[in-house]
Amino acid sequence: MSKDNKILEELTSKDYEHGWSVNLEADEAPIGLNEDIIRWISAKKEEPEWLLEWRLKAFNNWLTMTEPVWANVHYPKIDLQGLRYYSAPKKSNKPKSLDEIDPELLQIYERLGINLNEQKRLQGIAVDAVLDSVSVGTTFKETLSKLGIIFCSFSEAVHEHPELVKKYLGSVVPMTDNYYAALNSAVFSDGSFCYIPSGVRCPMELSTYFRINAANTGQFERTLIVADEGSYVSYLEGCTAPKRDENQLHAAVVEIYAAKNAEVKYSTVQNWYPGDKSGKGGIYNFVTKRGICAGDHSKISWTQVETGSAVTWKYPSCILKGDYSIGEFYSVAVTNNYQQADTGTKMIHIGKNTRSRIVSKGISAGKSQNSYRGQVQVMKRASNARNFSQCDSLLMGDRCGAHTFPYIDIQNPTAKVEHEATTSKIGEDQLFYCNQRGISTEDAVALIVNGYAKEVLNQLPMEFAVEAQKLLALTLEGSVG
Amino acid sequence: MLTIKNLHASIEGTPILRGINLEVKAGEVHAIMGPNGSGKSTLASVLAGREEYEVTEGEVIFQGKDLLELAPEDRAREGVFLAFQYPVEIPGVSTTNFLRTAVNQVREYRGLPALDAVKFLSVMKEKMKLVEIDQKLLSRSLNEGFSGGEKKRNEIFQMAMLEPTLSILDETDSGLDIDALRIVSNGVNKLKSDKTATIVVTHYQRLLDYIVPDFVHVLYNGRIVKSGTKELAMELEEKGYDWIKEEVNAASV
Ligand SMILES: Nc1ncnc2c1ncn2[C@@H]1O[C@H](COP(=O)(O)OP(=O)(O)O)[C@@H](O)[C@H]1O
Ligand SMILES: [Mg+2]
Repeated sequence: MSKDNKILEELTSKDYEHGWSVNLEADEAPIGLNEDIIRWISAKKEEPEWLLEWRLKAFNNWLTMTEPVWANVHYPKIDLQGLRYYSAPKKSNKPKSLDEIDPELLQIYERLGINLNEQKRLQGIAVDAVLDSVSVGTTFKETLSKLGIIFCSFSEAVHEHPELVKKYLGSVVPMTDNYYAALNSAVFSDGSFCYIPSGVRCPMELSTYFRINAANTGQFERTLIVADEGSYVSYLEGCTAPKRDENQLHAAVVEIYAAKNAEVKYSTVQNWYPGDKSGKGGIYNFVTKRGICAGDHSKISWTQVETGSAVTWKYPSCILKGDYSIGEFYSVAVTNNYQQADTGTKMIHIGKNTRSRIVSKGISAGKSQNSYRGQVQVMKRASNARNFSQCDSLLMGDRCGAHTFPYIDIQNPTAKVEHEATTSKIGEDQLFYCNQRGISTEDAVALIVNGYAKEVLNQLPMEFAVEAQKLLALTLEGSVG
Repeated sequence: MLTIKNLHASIEGTPILRGINLEVKAGEVHAIMGPNGSGKSTLASVLAGREEYEVTEGEVIFQGKDLLELAPEDRAREGVFLAFQYPVEIPGVSTTNFLRTAVNQVREYRGLPALDAVKFLSVMKEKMKLVEIDQKLLSRSLNEGFSGGEKKRNEIFQMAMLEPTLSILDETDSGLDIDALRIVSNGVNKLKSDKTATIVVTHYQRLLDYIVPDFVHVLYNGRIVKSGTKELAMELEEKGYDWIKEEVNAASV
């Protein structure tokens, strides 16, 4: 065995930290997927008729669709009839306030380092916690509501703010957008809703923390963020799941709407269970995320640190409709062992003088495959559109793969589109240099990788950036020598 | 402090070092000279533990320990420092951040508490003066876009921060103009004590005017073929290496 491989073997030993699960009594839908199940979910959530109609329409559309096969990922066919589409911990029954949340649920989040107790929370972050199919609690609601900010679970929004939900649901990601989005539209169970009124700058980070606990259950959450004129919000999303031998499906939809002069920053640290060293188990993460810069001078910025999941299929995108609007995508995607990631973005320039910036940093280790897939589209009337794309790949060892698939479609001659790409390897030279200064190989890898990903990590809110750095190091622990 | 006995090393099956013997005591400065390709950097790398080189014979004892048994990072923590002939770039990692990690890992190994940010910065300020290095340089990505001279100066700065017992300087003079050479040499001289030793690898006498060696060795074809005092360096400067090559070749016939 070569030295590289030997060290790879030795080091790919780190266990997934959040791999535990708790036995909770749950309120579950029967296994399988059909109209009755959808009615069951809708009834369970006491939804208005229009929403049930919407779901059923999505379902009927979905029936006519086929799973996309163009992504550079390979996995056995998922038996969608073998899944359960709704599972709620019995104890979560609509707590009126945080004090009413069952301590056992609070404990789950505490174990994950998420404190739902407002007094104990760090100032500056409001959390909506979603366990399996439902939201179990949202913090700082009152503080926020004084400013007119709505931050609650999706189900609650359906009841309390139906006009907003009705207006924006599916307006950015139509129910027929793609196979997984259609599936989500039919069966989504919960998620977060957020509305920032005109002129309001949200004073704290809003965050959703997703946790899959139940076995054999898909998670289909929806997030809808609406930033009205001149408002600002920074939104964070985190996720983990227990270790299970079978694969679990996660198919979420995130929609962002930014009105004139509004700015939304959306950051994700994705840490779903990636499967074990031999590639067994792990989450299939098929997510549709899209934002529309509807108004002039609006801005949407996606930042993602993708470390988990067995298979990732995810392209947070921006539709730059308003003139002078800006879309950004900053991504670090790490794959190790047998993980596969096909991720990137779409920037669709429709308005005049629109700008977009893409910074993608892929890191592949083990036997993993990491693909960047990005599309830059400049429409006819988008004069003076600008795009800059930087796609870097870092390889560790010689058994992994990095791929880039850039698509560029320009229909206006005034557009300026720049694309830069690099591929590098963590060099023996770099590691030896670090070792010679007394730094262990593990720490050297962490140092080098964090340096490589710095431009993206810098986009994250402080507290999150530190977490992300640790996570990168953890994911790669033992991937190079 | 350091005893090298009959050291043989090869790379990809090609022998490069072919029986090196060297004894370095605390307080001494040894210069290793020799024509290009004679194995000087190889010797430095083998001492520092670079794994591409396979040690096929011989032993190296450093402060009573079998150096060749130790991982490269442990050699560094034990006090072996190598100033690289070609320092490596690490994008996105500042020298400051890099050194903080290094210093604290070395301290941990030596049973010392970690330096907090404030302490670390004050130590850094003090050592910066030693090699007249600019703070701005230290906040940039390590060695990325540094001039040749800046890289070398940065190596000696790192040496100052890590306080090694045995320093091996591999062609630290190359790429330095005369002022920088003086500054860097002064730094090295200030770091010397009767408890530390220095091995200076160079092929110019010029550096040895500043860092005065107690012994000069000529490495040729993987062996030390001649040893002497600083006068030997003068002689080499004057006459080149050919006469040594001839001597060696004549002896081997
Ligand atoms: N990685 C390597 N692969 C093959 N040959 C090498 C390698 N490194 C050094 N060598 C060879 O070893 C010999 C000694 O090199 P080196 O130690 O760098 O010499 P010096 O530093 O004295 O100029 C040279 O012939 C060089 O070509
Ligand atoms: Mg050399």
